[in-house]
Amino acid sequence: MANLTLVQAINLALTQEMEADDSVVILGEDVGLNGGVFRVTEGLQQRFGDHRVVDTPLAESGIMGTAIGLAMNGIKSIPEIQFEGFLGPAYDQLVNHGARYRSRTRGAVTVPMTVRVPVGGGIHAPELHSDSPEAIYAHTPGLKVLMPSSPYDAKGMLISAIRDPDPCIFFEPKRIYRAFREEVPEDEYTVPIGKAKIVEEGSDLTVVTWGAMTIQCINAMDSLPEDLSVELIDLRTIYPLDVDTIVESVQKTGRCVVAHEAPLTAGLGAEISALVQERCFLHLEAPVQRVTGFDTFMPYYKMELDYLPEAPRVAEAITACAAY
Amino acid sequence: MTTATASKGRDRKTGASAMLPDDTLLGWLRDLVLIREFEIRTMQAYSNAQIGGFCHVYNGQEAVVVGTFAATIKDDPIITAYRDHGHALARGMDPKACMAEMFGKTTGCAKGKGGSMHMFDRPNNLFGGHGIVSAQTPLGAGLAFATKYENEVLGEGEKRISLCFLGDGALNQGALHEAMNLAGIFSLPVIYIVENNGYSMGTAIHRGTTMSDKLEAKAAAYGIESLTIEDGMDVCAIYDKFKPFADACRRDQKPGFVDLKTYRYQGHSMSDPQKYRSKDEVGSYQELDPILTLKGQLIEDRGCLTEEDFKAMQKEVRAIVREAVKFAENSPSPDPRTELYSDVFTDPLPNSSPSGPYTHGEANHLTRGDA
Ligand SMILES: Cc1ncc(C[n+]2csc(CCOP(=O)(O)OP(=O)(O)O)c2C)c(N)n1
Ligand SMILES: [Mg+2]
Repeated sequence: MANLTLVQAINLALTQEMEADDSVVILGEDVGLNGGVFRVTEGLQQRFGDHRVVDTPLAESGIMGTAIGLAMNGIKSIPEIQFEGFLGPAYDQLVNHGARYRSRTRGAVTVPMTVRVPVGGGIHAPELHSDSPEAIYAHTPGLKVLMPSSPYDAKGMLISAIRDPDPCIFFEPKRIYRAFREEVPEDEYTVPIGKAKIVEEGSDLTVVTWGAMTIQCINAMDSLPEDLSVELIDLRTIYPLDVDTIVESVQKTGRCVVAHEAPLTAGLGAEISALVQERCFLHLEAPVQRVTGFDTFMPYYKMELDYLPEAPRVAEAITACAAY
Repeated sequence: MTTATASKGRDRKTGASAMLPDDTLLGWLRDLVLIREFEIRTMQAYSNAQIGGFCHVYNGQEAVVVGTFAATIKDDPIITAYRDHGHALARGMDPKACMAEMFGKTTGCAKGKGGSMHMFDRPNNLFGGHGIVSAQTPLGAGLAFATKYENEVLGEGEKRISLCFLGDGALNQGALHEAMNLAGIFSLPVIYIVENNGYSMGTAIHRGTTMSDKLEAKAAAYGIESLTIEDGMDVCAIYDKFKPFADACRRDQKPGFVDLKTYRYQGHSMSDPQKYRSKDEVGSYQELDPILTLKGQLIEDRGCLTEEDFKAMQKEVRAIVREAVKFAENSPSPDPRTELYSDVFTDPLPNSSPSGPYTHGEANHLTRGDA
C-alpha cells in the first residue's frame, strides 16, 4: 500500500502494465523526455526505452491514427492527448475509424487501444483546456468511456482499459490530479469497466455523478441536514452505463439528481434522466434534476467557478429535489 | 544542440531597411522594447497569480513581428497562435487592453473572456491567437481568400496579403498541409511565417520534424515560393529579406512560406522545467538579442541614437507598461450573471440554459472569492 495521488496511481498502473506485457506502447507529445504535460508518464521512457514510450510530433490525427493502426495489429497502444480540446484534430481517426473497426469487419479487426486524456475544469485553464466532452464520446458506439474520481479507481480502471480488447477513452480529471491522496495497493488489481460505485448509501435521494464532480457532490452532501439520507453514485464508466445500479437506487429513493460539468443541453444528464423515467417511472416522487455547466463555453478563469456546478449549487439542486 | 548564428557579412547599406528614415527604425526599437518590457511585467503578474490560465511569453522573438509587420499595411489580416502578446502590441493594440485581457478583466480586448492565448483586435485586423496548434493555418488561407475576393471580384480594397504565423511544432499538423495545398492551388495571398524557435514544447525540431534543416522543401511540395531567414533575431535582416518577398506576394496575389529562425528565452509556458536545453544554448542566443542588435546598429551605423536616448526610451516604455498593469488591476472583473452567457449567439436562446427555465444559478455566486 502506498498513499498516492491520482497522477501517481496512473503512473503506477502504466508502469506495471508495461512491465507485465511487452506489447504495451505509449505514444504522444512530450510523453518521454518531458514525462508529459502533467508529468503522468514521468520516468517511463527512462525505464522502458524510447521504442516503448514514444515522443511524437505535434500531430493529434497522426498520433491517434498511428495508435489505432498499432492496435489493429495487436499492439496495446496508449496514446496521450494533452488536453481534451486537442481531441478535435484526432476526432476523425477515433470516431470514424477506431471506434468502428470491430463492427465494420464483423470482429475480424479489433482495436485494443486506451486513449488517455486529461479532462475538465477547475485548474484555471481557458476553453479547450477545461472542457468536458465525455457525452460526445459516449454517443459514439464502439468506444468505452471511463473517468475515475479517485487514485484507487484510477489504477484499477486503467488496468482494465489497457487489457480490454476494445478502444477505451480514459478521461483523467485534471482538477483532482494532485488534489488528494489515497491508499493504493502495490499489487495489480482491476476495477471492472461498466460498474458504478456507490460512494455513500442513502434512502431519500440518489445523486449520480462522475469524475471530479464526485468530490463536489461529497462536499455538497456534507453541507446538508443530517436527516436527509442521500445515496451517491459515481458512475466511473460513462459508457457502457451501469444501468442496473442507477435504476436500483432510484427505485429505492424515488428521487434523482444528476451532476456534471459539461453543458446542460444533450449532456449525459439528459440520457440518465430519460433512463430513469423509462425504468423508474412509478417510483418517482420528483422530476429528475440536472445540475450542470451552462450552454456556453468554459470561460476564462475569473468566471470558471461560476460556470462549474460547485458544491453549493449541487446542494441547492438536492434540496430542491428533496422538497418537491 | 542548436547554436546561434549571427548575421555576418550582410550589407546593411543596400538592404531595404537602409532606405528607411531614422524615425522608422527608432520606432522599431521602441516596439521591441515595449514587447520586452510588457512580457517582463506579464511574468511578474503571472507569478503574483494576477494572471491565470496558460501564459506563453515572447521574449527573444520580438524581431519577428516588428520586422515582418513593417512590410504590411493596416488592412492586411494577421493571424497567429497562442504566443501572441507581441503580435497584439506590434499591431497597435493598447497595452492596457492586452494586459487587462490576461487579468481576465472586462476592459481586456475580449472582455477578459479569452486570456493570454486569445488576443483579438478586429479594428487592427488581428484575427487572434489560437490555442489549438495550427488551427490558424487554414483560417489564414480563408482570410487571404476573402481579401482576394474583395479585391478581384467585388472590386473593393487594395491588394492585400495575410500573414499567418505558426510555430515550428505546428508544421506537423495536417491542417497546415491542407491549407498550403489550398493556398497553392487557389493562389491565395497568404504568407505562412514559421517562427522557428527550434522547439515544440520540449521537442527539438529535428526530433519531431522531417527536413528540419530544409523546411522550404515543404512549401515546394505545394508550389509555394519560400524564403529562409537565418538571422531572425535581427529586425533589419528580417525586413530586408521579407519586404521584397511580401511585395511580390502582394503584387502577384500568391502565397508564400518563410522559415524564420528565432529563439525563445523563456520556457515554453510559465511552468516549464526546461530539461531539454542548456543554459549555454540560451545564452548563445541572448548574445544576438534583437534589442541590443538594433540598438547597436542605430548608435554605431546610423548615429541616430545615444545610450541616453535609449535609456529615456526604456523609461518611457516602462511607464506605459506599469500603467497597463495598474489599469488591469483596477479594472472590474466580469459579472458572471451577464457575461458568462453573453456572445454565444447574437441573443440568448429561449429555453436554453441558463436563460430558460434552468435556475440553479444563484448559489454558485456565493463561491466567488472576488466580485
Ligand atoms: C492541437 C494541439 N496539440 C497540442 C497542444 C499543446 N501545445 C501547445 S503549444 C505546443 C508546442 C508548439 O510548439 P510550436 O508550434 O513550435 O510553437 P512555440 O511554442 O515554439 O511558439 C504544444 C504541444 C495544443 N495547444 N494544441
Ligand atoms: Mg517552436
